[in-house]
Amino acid sequence: MSEHLPVPIQAPDSPAKVRILARRAAAWCTGQAIIGFARLLTGVRALLAPGASLQAVPTLYFANHSSHGDFVLLWATLPPELRDNTRPVAGEDYWLASRLRRFIGHDVFNALMIRRQPATADAPEAPADPVAQMVRALEAGSSLIMFPEGTRNTTDAVMLPLKSGLFHLARQCPQARLVPVWIENLRRVLPKGELLPIPLACSVRYGAPIVLGADEDKAAFLARARQAMLDLRPDHQRQAEHGDAAQEEAA
Amino acid sequence: MSTTAWLFLSATALLLLASLAGAALKWRVAEGQPNATIDHLNARIRAWWITVGVLGLAFAFGKGGVIVLFFLISFYALREFYSLTDTRQGDHLALAAAFYIGLPAQYYLIGIEWYGLYSIFIPVYAFLVLPILASAGGDTTRFLERTAKVQWGLMVCVFCISHVPALLTLEIPGYEGRNLLLIAFLVIVVQGSDALQYMWGKLLGRRKLAPTLSPSKTWEGVIGGVASASVLGALLWWITPFAPWQAALMALTICMMGLFGGLVMSAIKRDRGVKDWGDLIEGHGGMLDQVDSVIFAAPVFFHLLRYGWVT
Repeated sequence: MSEHLPVPIQAPDSPAKVRILARRAAAWCTGQAIIGFARLLTGVRALLAPGASLQAVPTLYFANHSSHGDFVLLWATLPPELRDNTRPVAGEDYWLASRLRRFIGHDVFNALMIRRQPATADAPEAPADPVAQMVRALEAGSSLIMFPEGTRNTTDAVMLPLKSGLFHLARQCPQARLVPVWIENLRRVLPKGELLPIPLACSVRYGAPIVLGADEDKAAFLARARQAMLDLRPDHQRQAEHGDAAQEEAA
Repeated sequence: MSTTAWLFLSATALLLLASLAGAALKWRVAEGQPNATIDHLNARIRAWWITVGVLGLAFAFGKGGVIVLFFLISFYALREFYSLTDTRQGDHLALAAAFYIGLPAQYYLIGIEWYGLYSIFIPVYAFLVLPILASAGGDTTRFLERTAKVQWGLMVCVFCISHVPALLTLEIPGYEGRNLLLIAFLVIVVQGSDALQYMWGKLLGRRKLAPTLSPSKTWEGVIGGVASASVLGALLWWITPFAPWQAALMALTICMMGLFGGLVMSAIKRDRGVKDWGDLIEGHGGMLDQVDSVIFAAPVFFHLLRYGWVT
């Protein structure tokens, strides 16, 4: 986003140009405010697992999804020069639903909007293939943030099963780095249905990139991707989850 | 020059000396190579610089500054405590109340010096309201355990820590206008005790005090540290309303509470399977790791003063 900004506002040709500049400035300020708020609330920081690195090359960050704030937190922990070029993959139905969401989704985060619903009477054109959209964005040099569970995990399970999109992307876009990410604690900051966020320390843990094997099938690859995400969890969280699972089994 | 300014100048001079000694050790003994003991010492000296700097800034703003500082310390501490506690969605309302009502209300009550209410607000009213809010969540899984954790977070991180700024509200005859020095006395004795325990432990430490709780604490370190920190407290009698022997006993009490507080906080960390509460200061733990010894000492110091020196 910052590449739009340093434009000096001098004798614009048309009122439309002023509006565009003003919108970009507002988007930049909103982005900074969102990052500032996320940091104040969660003190979030990026933690790199052994073998992990953040590089300015087209990267697909795939993370666990339990809160609306997930991609904000991931986005906030990227170094600014990478952040400007990193687009969250987001559901169009949610982000185009109001003017404010459209501004945040479109202008602030520059999200890659994908349609999740099949064609209906109201929207007769068939949805574009999300994987093809994502491949195009990666080939154009952007990085993407995606949640391979497909939807927000609001269950007690650690993670939902992964959808196949990640596998198709890995096959169609072999030049992209596939970086597993674990977002820690955020589901407790703002659980489903709650309005008031609780300040809790969060971290975004980046893992070493994974590569699709030459003859690896879908199930094996997705299982490996899932494990790569789970392996990033801190020890005390694993214990807590085991404890809960054992207790619920006993009950 | 006021006693407070004099104290801060001395602390700065001491820290300068310590930093120089640390740098000398690093280059002469370790020859610039990583050395766990020397690096740890230098990290501690850096943490003291931060402590003295932040306290100095707060003291410059007087009572308001100290209240704001300890409010922030409580906020960070509470965030660390609850981050390591496995609460469930049913606790959301209780956690929100702890952060958005319990924490500011306690510091507000201290600000307006309403002793009758701030001394029971958390241990009575918050302790009743929090489980009510948690039961509204309808989730009975581990209910008692979750309730205890949410209550204890508030007790340790807000109630106990808030007794440090509460020292400013005590009216001690003949000691008017000097209450900031009570905080300085508490902090110097507690931090001094930690540092001296570490030094004695390094020099003489043999027998472990509580190997399951705190593997680095030894009997030799603790006895030497507590005894010498009590002497340090006695030497500081002139900044307090105490006679020298009273200052020594007060320092001994503070050191013992600090020691037990550190062990309790350490037990909670071990239970959660972590080494540090957080990573506020790079490689040096979180806020609770910095203040764990003050937590148990503050309310006891406060009440000894209130019932012994306030008439």
